Amino acid sequence: MTDAHSRQRPRARLAPAEALIGLGLLLFAGLTLWQTLSIPVSPMYAQVGPRVFPYITSAGLAIFAVLLLVQAARGGWQPADEKEVELNWKAVAFVAAGLIANVALIGPLGFSAASTVMFVLVAHGFGSRRPLRDALIGLVLALAAYFGFARALGVNIGAGLIENLLGG
Amino acid sequence: MDTLSQLANGFSVAFSPNNLLWCLVGTTLGTAIGVLPGLGPALTIALLLPITFQVAPEAAFILFAGIYYGAMYGGSTTSILLNTPGESATIVTALEGNKMARSGRAGAALATSAIGSFVAGTIGTMGVTFLAPVVVSLALLFGPAEYFSLMVLAFVTVSAVLGSSAVRGLASLFLGFYLGMIGIDLQTGQPRFTFGLTELLDGTNVIVVAVGLFAVGETLYVAARRHAGGDEIVPLRGSLYMTREEWSRSWKPWLRGTAIGFPIGAMPAGGAEIPTFLSYVVEKRLSKKPEEFGTTGAIEGVAGPEAANNASAAGVLVPMLTLGLPTSATAAIMLSAFQSYGIQPGPLLLDTQPALVWGLIASLYVANVLLVVLNLPLVGLWVRILKIPAPLLYAGILVFATVGTYGISQSPIDLILLYVLGGIGFLMRRFDFPTAPVVIGMILGPMAETEFRRAMTISGGDWTVLFTQPLSAALLVLAFTALFGPRLYHLIRTWRGPSPDHVPGDA
Repeated sequence: MTDAHSRQRPRARLAPAEALIGLGLLLFAGLTLWQTLSIPVSPMYAQVGPRVFPYITSAGLAIFAVLLLVQAARGGWQPADEKEVELNWKAVAFVAAGLIANVALIGPLGFSAASTVMFVLVAHGFGSRRPLRDALIGLVLALAAYFGFARALGVNIGAGLIENLLGG
Repeated sequence: MDTLSQLANGFSVAFSPNNLLWCLVGTTLGTAIGVLPGLGPALTIALLLPITFQVAPEAAFILFAGIYYGAMYGGSTTSILLNTPGESATIVTALEGNKMARSGRAGAALATSAIGSFVAGTIGTMGVTFLAPVVVSLALLFGPAEYFSLMVLAFVTVSAVLGSSAVRGLASLFLGFYLGMIGIDLQTGQPRFTFGLTELLDGTNVIVVAVGLFAVGETLYVAARRHAGGDEIVPLRGSLYMTREEWSRSWKPWLRGTAIGFPIGAMPAGGAEIPTFLSYVVEKRLSKKPEEFGTTGAIEGVAGPEAANNASAAGVLVPMLTLGLPTSATAAIMLSAFQSYGIQPGPLLLDTQPALVWGLIASLYVANVLLVVLNLPLVGLWVRILKIPAPLLYAGILVFATVGTYGISQSPIDLILLYVLGGIGFLMRRFDFPTAPVVIGMILGPMAETEFRRAMTISGGDWTVLFTQPLSAALLVLAFTALFGPRLYHLIRTWRGPSPDHVPGDA
């Protein structure tokens, strides 16, 4: 059905975003192949060695990447309601900043402090304009997660200044 | 009968005070995350996977099953009141349910969906009870070659048949294969795809992948579309009691939806989207008041798909418990919980772990009863959850995502991997790639590799064994037909000239 339609359309234009995705996947397939070639094959006898399925995976990824590139050249596939939406990059930037802050701070400051910073940044990205309230909620939530959820699950998250002060 | 005595033993497991409590916790949590748009059972169970190190397997699976069923109930509340499906399986419910809510019949819509879910969930659970032993006796005939072919069939149906595009679904699946292969190859001891990082030798954790794709990806996606217009919650009006007419218009759709949903869920294809859409189409065609569809909201269009959704959710448990074959992201994560206990899911599970399997099945009956109580009289409570402001909700989700991933290894590499996968999940949402095949491929891919190697060891490296064993060959032919059949059909149709009527939604 889609094939018939695109043939009827006079000239479908290359969709740049979709082409980039196809290209990215093709590069990834290449990376997978390179990594496959570096898998040591043990001299031990095995009917199917450790490389067989990685080869199949790289080949599959490459094939689907090429098919995606073909689809991109025919005008792409992104749904119209996605294409029309103007992305709010500022919001994404604040969320991403929160994530990066979390990775950077969780080691030196501990989980609760890092989570509070992330909470404030992400909430700001989503349009909240009350950083102090957000910080308080974030801190309470992080402590609840630390002392409740993490303890119940028996996982160990990095303790920092705040946790040690509270006897964590 | 043997099945009934086994089930009775299962109930004695499920009715122990501790397990009842786990069931209550699971169903409550499941309803809550089902209500919250963007949060699903797969993500929640992934975050709770570390609990498998703390409690007995029965308790963990009763908790997970409660979450799984609960999310199906909760998702419909959001669909009806917010028009944003809380779950992909409740998209169809939103079509008529939200229209009903807008014309002041939210109460009836919620009631028919909760009671329909109960009817379908209970019949579906009975289906699991009686079908599972039958499938097990069939599955015992399967050798490694048949298992491998069955997995190939599941790969095709899960990624290529169910989504909107076979190419994108398969690309997702192969990305999952890649993620599943990272780490030490258990058969030969060789590291694969680790880039020399010792952190990756143990493989990528399914928690990181599921939380990255579903929680971080979703948060980025919602943030990016923040100005695309919010949804308003329709205030809950109208009595929760259904009138005589509404009952008489509901019970047949419930049963028909169950009859459509359970078999499709139980097939090694799974997925709740197809049965819900099918049920919707059937109800629209059979309805005595077709003019209500798409205008004021038809109760049949809520009752049928809701029942189909819950029945197929029950059906998915059949291949998971009997074959070890997960056909949804949630089932794949539950399967990894089995692996975490060192339990091999498959046809022997019913024999080796009867208390676990039958306790789990019995707890599903209990969960259904709890859920109908939780969701009908207490619906006002869940509506309140919908009012959590988005900034706090999504910031909070990310805090819990950190706990779930950093807690397992305390390695910043896992956090970085989590956020990279979140970025990939965002792109996948934006460009309409399905995410479930990633998780399924990650869990099922290595299992398929193991079965393939076993088959090759038995056959002495002879690949043709996959095609000469009749059962295996039949499964592969089925997979091939599922993948290329629709294409060939269209090709033939276009050769014969353009068809006069355009069928919407078949692209």
